[in-house]
Amino acid sequence: MSRSIGNKATSAQSENIQAMTNEQLIEQLTSANPDAVVKQGNQYPEITVAHDKLHAFMQNIKSNSSLAFDYLVCESGVDYPTYIQVVYHLESTTHKHFLVVKTNTENRETPVLDTVSDIWPTAEFHEDEIFDLLGITFTNHPHLRRLFLDETWGFPLRKDFHDDIHVVER
Amino acid sequence: MAEIIEKIITTDEIKTDEYLVNIGPQHPSTHGVLRLLTKLEGEIVHNVEPHIGYIHSGIEKMTEALSYPQIVHLTDRMDYLSAHMNNEAVCLCVEDALQVEVPERVKYIRTIFDELQRLASHQLWWCASGMDLGALTAFFYGLRDREDILDIFEETCGARLTLNYSVPGGVMFDIHPNFQKSVKAFIKKFKKKLPEYDKLLTDNIIFQNRTKGVGILSKEDAIAYGVTGPTGRASGFSCDVRKHHPYSAYPYIKFDEKLGTDGDSFMRWKLRMLEMWESLNIIEQLIDNIPEGDYAVKMKGVIKLPEGEFYQRVETARGEFGVYIVSDGKKNPYRVKFRSPGFSNLFTINHIAKGWKIADLVAIMATFDLVIPDIDR
Repeated sequence: MSRSIGNKATSAQSENIQAMTNEQLIEQLTSANPDAVVKQGNQYPEITVAHDKLHAFMQNIKSNSSLAFDYLVCESGVDYPTYIQVVYHLESTTHKHFLVVKTNTENRETPVLDTVSDIWPTAEFHEDEIFDLLGITFTNHPHLRRLFLDETWGFPLRKDFHDDIHVVER
Repeated sequence: MAEIIEKIITTDEIKTDEYLVNIGPQHPSTHGVLRLLTKLEGEIVHNVEPHIGYIHSGIEKMTEALSYPQIVHLTDRMDYLSAHMNNEAVCLCVEDALQVEVPERVKYIRTIFDELQRLASHQLWWCASGMDLGALTAFFYGLRDREDILDIFEETCGARLTLNYSVPGGVMFDIHPNFQKSVKAFIKKFKKKLPEYDKLLTDNIIFQNRTKGVGILSKEDAIAYGVTGPTGRASGFSCDVRKHHPYSAYPYIKFDEKLGTDGDSFMRWKLRMLEMWESLNIIEQLIDNIPEGDYAVKMKGVIKLPEGEFYQRVETARGEFGVYIVSDGKKNPYRVKFRSPGFSNLFTINHIAKGWKIADLVAIMATFDLVIPDIDR
C-alpha cells in the first residue's frame, strides 16, 4: 500500500490481530497458484483465476487457516467485449485482510461459471442477480432464478442491450 | 401465480398438510413491496422464499449513462433512510480515485451528518417495528422525535429525506450558522427521550416475550451470509466499517463497537437502541470542534476517473454499503455495482425463520430493519 492519501491509510493496520501485509499475501498466493495472475490493484491485492480452477481455488482460500477468507463482501459481474468477468470481494474476519478475485467466462454467448454458493451461502443470491442482469449460468447452483426481472427481459447490464423506452444511451 | 405454485410443487416437494401463503407485496410488515412466499403447516413456517424486484429501478444501469456528480443523486433513492451515507460512499470513492484530499471541515461535517442520519433511521426503525408487533404508541413517539433531526437537515441543506448534501470534493454548501446550536439542543432533548423509549418497549414484558429467543442467527451464519450492521453485530460479528476501515472523521474519535452475543430478535433490538447512545457520543465529540476552513475543494467541471477499479465501503444504518466503480477513463463509469446491506441481510430470513410461527416471522423482519429500495436497487 504505497498510496498514503485518502481515508484508507488508517485502515486495519492498527488492529491487534497480526495481519498479513498485502505483499506477504500476494507472495503466498503467487507461490500456491503459479498460473494465476496476482497483482497489487489500486487498493487491494487482485488475483485473476481461470474459470475451470475457480471452485477449487475458492475452496482453498476459505479453508486455508493462514488465509481464511470467510466473508464474501460483494460479488459483481462486469461485461467486457469478449468475456464477462465476475469479481469477488473477499475479507477475512480473523486476519482482516482483503482480496479481490476475478474470473472470466470463456465467451459471451454461453457464459458458464461454477457456483461458490456452497462455500459462502450469500453467493447464492448474488449469483441469482448476476444471472438475471448479465446472463451467466452458474453450475451446481441450488435454485438459479431471475431475481428482479421477468422472462421478457434480456440481460440489461450487458453492453449490447438496447431498449428504446427504458434505457437512455449517451 | 399458478405457474409459481407449480414451480414450487415441482422443484420442492410440498406435503399434504402444507400450504403456500403470500405475505406481501402489499403488506404493512414488509415495509415496502416485498413478497415472501411462505410454506406453512398450520402457523408454523416451513420455508420462506423472498421475491423481490417490484421496485427494481435499474440504478446500476442508469449510472452508466451519468456523470459522477449525477450518480450521487441516485444513491439516496436506494436506502432513503441512510441517504447521506450512500451519497458519501460515492463521493469518497471518487475522491479516493482522483487522490483528492478534502478539507478537515468537510470530514467533520460529513461524520456529524452520518450520525444524525443514523439516529433518524434508527428512530423510524424502532417506532415502525413497535407498530409491527402491535405497539402503535411507539410509532407516534418515534415519528414525532425524528422531526427534530429532519428539521436540522432542512435548515442546512434544504432537504429532509434525500439530502444530496455530499458532493465529490466536499459538501454542497456550508453548515447553517445555527447548526451547532440546533444539534446541541437536539442532543440535550434526545437524551431524555431515549430512556422513555426503553420504558415503553424494551422493558415491556409483552414485547420481550415476543422477541427474546426468537429467530436466532449464529455468528458463523452471520459471516457466511454476509449479514452486517446492527443485525450482524447482534450475533457477535464484529463488522463495523467505521471501526475497521475508518473514513471521514471516524479515525479521530473514540467510540465503542457494540457487540451482542445472543443473535435473537431482542438482541438486534437492544443493539440498535445502544447504538443510538453511541451516535450521540460521536456527535458530542465532534460538534464543538468543527475546524474552520473551506467546505469543499474545487473540482474540475467534468470529473473523469482514471482507468481502473475502485471500491469504497461505508457503514450505513443497515450495515456495510459498498460502491464498486469500474472506470475506463471517461466521464461516465463503465460499470457501477452497489453492495447494499439489505440485500445480504434479507436472504438469511429463510434460514432463521424456519420452525417459528408466522407472528415470529414478523418480529424477525421488524428487527432486520429492511428497506426495500435498498434491496431492489
